[in-house]
Amino acid sequence: MASTPTITLQSVTGVDVELRIAGAGSRSYAFVIDWHIRLVLALAWLFTALFIRAGSLNLFDDSTPRGGMGQLAIWIPTTVIYFLYHPILEIVMRGSTPGKRMAGVRIVSRTGDIPGAGALLLRNVFRLVDSLPFVYLLGLGVVIFTEQHVRIGDLAAGTLLVHDDAGAVKSFDGLRNDTPENGLSPQSADLIHELLDRWWTLDDTMRANIARSLILRVDPAASTEALLLQTSPQLRSHLQALLKGTARA
Amino acid sequence: MSSEAGLQAWLNSRIETWQQVLPQLDRLERQRDHTTADALHAMEMYRALGRDLSIARRILPGSRVTRALEARYAKLHAIIYRKPHDWRARLRTLFREEIPEVVHDLRFTIQWVGLLFALSAAAGWWLVSSYPELIGLLASEEMINGVEGGKLWTEGLLNVMPSSVLSVGILTNNIVVSLTAFVVGVFFGLGTFYIIGMNGLMLGGIFAFTHQHGMAGELLKFVTAHGVVELSVICIAGAAGVMLGESLIRPTHGTRRESFQHATARTSRLLVLCALLLVGCGFIEGYLSPDPDFPMINRVIVGFGYAVVMVAALTGRLFGRKPEPGATIPS
Repeated sequence: MASTPTITLQSVTGVDVELRIAGAGSRSYAFVIDWHIRLVLALAWLFTALFIRAGSLNLFDDSTPRGGMGQLAIWIPTTVIYFLYHPILEIVMRGSTPGKRMAGVRIVSRTGDIPGAGALLLRNVFRLVDSLPFVYLLGLGVVIFTEQHVRIGDLAAGTLLVHDDAGAVKSFDGLRNDTPENGLSPQSADLIHELLDRWWTLDDTMRANIARSLILRVDPAASTEALLLQTSPQLRSHLQALLKGTARA
Repeated sequence: MSSEAGLQAWLNSRIETWQQVLPQLDRLERQRDHTTADALHAMEMYRALGRDLSIARRILPGSRVTRALEARYAKLHAIIYRKPHDWRARLRTLFREEIPEVVHDLRFTIQWVGLLFALSAAAGWWLVSSYPELIGLLASEEMINGVEGGKLWTEGLLNVMPSSVLSVGILTNNIVVSLTAFVVGVFFGLGTFYIIGMNGLMLGGIFAFTHQHGMAGELLKFVTAHGVVELSVICIAGAAGVMLGESLIRPTHGTRRESFQHATARTSRLLVLCALLLVGCGFIEGYLSPDPDFPMINRVIVGFGYAVVMVAALTGRLFGRKPEPGATIPS
C-alpha cells in the first residue's frame, strides 16, 4: 500500500511538522458536498425570486428600468452563489469551505501557511481548465497522476490540499480527566482514549477483542474468563472506569 | 514506574496550557490588526509548543497527544507566517508598481498577440469574402438570417432586454473570454493562440459578411465605443496566457512547476486590471453602443477616450506612478 504523501513544515524552532496531503478521494468528496450546497442555495434563491416575480406588482416588469433591476436581482445572486461560492468562501474561511471541513481537508500554501486571497482567486480561475472537457475530468486526471495530488489550479497558485487533523483537537479534554490515582501509564491511557473515540466506527467483534486485550494489559485484576463473559457495552464501561480510576477500587 | 509517574506529572502540568492554546489560536487567526504584545505572545507560544511537541514525540510517539500538539503547532505556524494584511498598500503597489512592470515585460508579446489577432481577422475577412458560405461556421443561423433580411442583430437590442441586464451579461462573458484566453496558456500557449485566432477570425468574417450586405458601417458604429478597449484587453490577457506557455517551454526556474507558478503569480496581476477595464466596456456596450441616437462622433470620443484611460492604467500613470527620469517606458 502506497504511503500518504506529506509536506514538511520547517520552522525556526527546529521542530518540523508533516502535513498529510489529501488524495483524489478526499478532494472529490469535499467537492461533491460543496457542489450540493451551492446548487441548493442557488436554486433556493432562484425559485424564491421567481415565486415573488410570479405574484409581483410591477417590480419585475421587463419594460421598465425597475424591471431590469428586478431581473438582475434574480440572476446576479443566483450566478454569484453558484460560480463564486468557492473563491468567496475559501477567502472568508481561510482556505476552507463547508465541504472541505466535512471532508477534513483544507488548503495551504507550499510553505504550510494560509494562502492569500490572490492565490485562492488564481486557484479558482484555473477551474476553467480543470473542469475540461466536462465534470473536472482533466483536473481529476492531474490530481491522480501528480505526486502531490494537485490540480492545475493548485500548481498555478502554489497551493496544496492537506488533511486537517480535527479529530485530535478533543484529545486534551480526555487527558485532563485522567487522574494519577488510576495507575495507568500515559501510553495506556492514550490507547484507551483512542479506542473509545473510535468505538462506534469499529465492528462489534473487533472492538470487543481489542478492548479485552487492552484491559488484560492494563488491569492486573482482570481475567480472560471474566472478560469473555462481558458484552460490548460492559467492556466500554470497564474501559471508562479504568480511566476514572474506579475499576480496581 | 517512576519514569511513568514523571511523564504523567509532566502531562498534567502542561495540559492546562495546551487547553488554552486553541481559543488563543482562534483569536489570533480571526484578528487582523495584531499588537506587538500579540506577536510576542504568539512567538512565545510557538517556542513552548515546539518544545512540548519535541518531548511528546520522543516519549509518546504517534499518540493522540502528539497528533493534537502537531495540529496546534501547524496552525500557529500558519498564523505566524501569514502575510501582513494591508489592503490599501497592497492595491497601491499592485496598480502603481506591479502591473506596469508586467506590462513592460509583456510589451513585445502583447504586440505579437495583437498581430496574430489582426492577421486572423484579415484571414476571416478574406475567407468569408471569397467563400461566403463559410459564414455558417462563424455566426449563428439567427444572425445570418437577420443580416440577410437587412437587420443587424444589434438593432433593437434594448427592446429585448434592459441595459442593466445586457451590461452584466456582456461584461461577464468578456471577463470569462479573457480569463479563458489566459488559463488555456497552460497548454504550452497553444490554447491561447487558438482563442485569439478564433476571435480574430470571427470578427473579420462577420465584418466581411455585413460588408457584403452593406451593413459593415452599422456594425462599426456599434463596436466603436467599446471595441478598442475590449479587443485590446483580450489581446493583453492572451499575451499573459502566452507567457504561461513560455514558462513551461523555457523554464526560468529549477523545475517547470516552479517556473509555471512564478509566471502565473506574476501575470495574473494583470488580469485584475483587465477585469476592471472589461466592466467599463460592458457598461458602454450595454448602455451606449446599442443606442441608435448616440452619434458616431461621440462614440469615437468615448472609444478613444477609454483607450487613453486604459493605457494610463496599464502604465500606472492613472494611479499616480511617476515616470522615471529619462525613461520613455515604465520599468
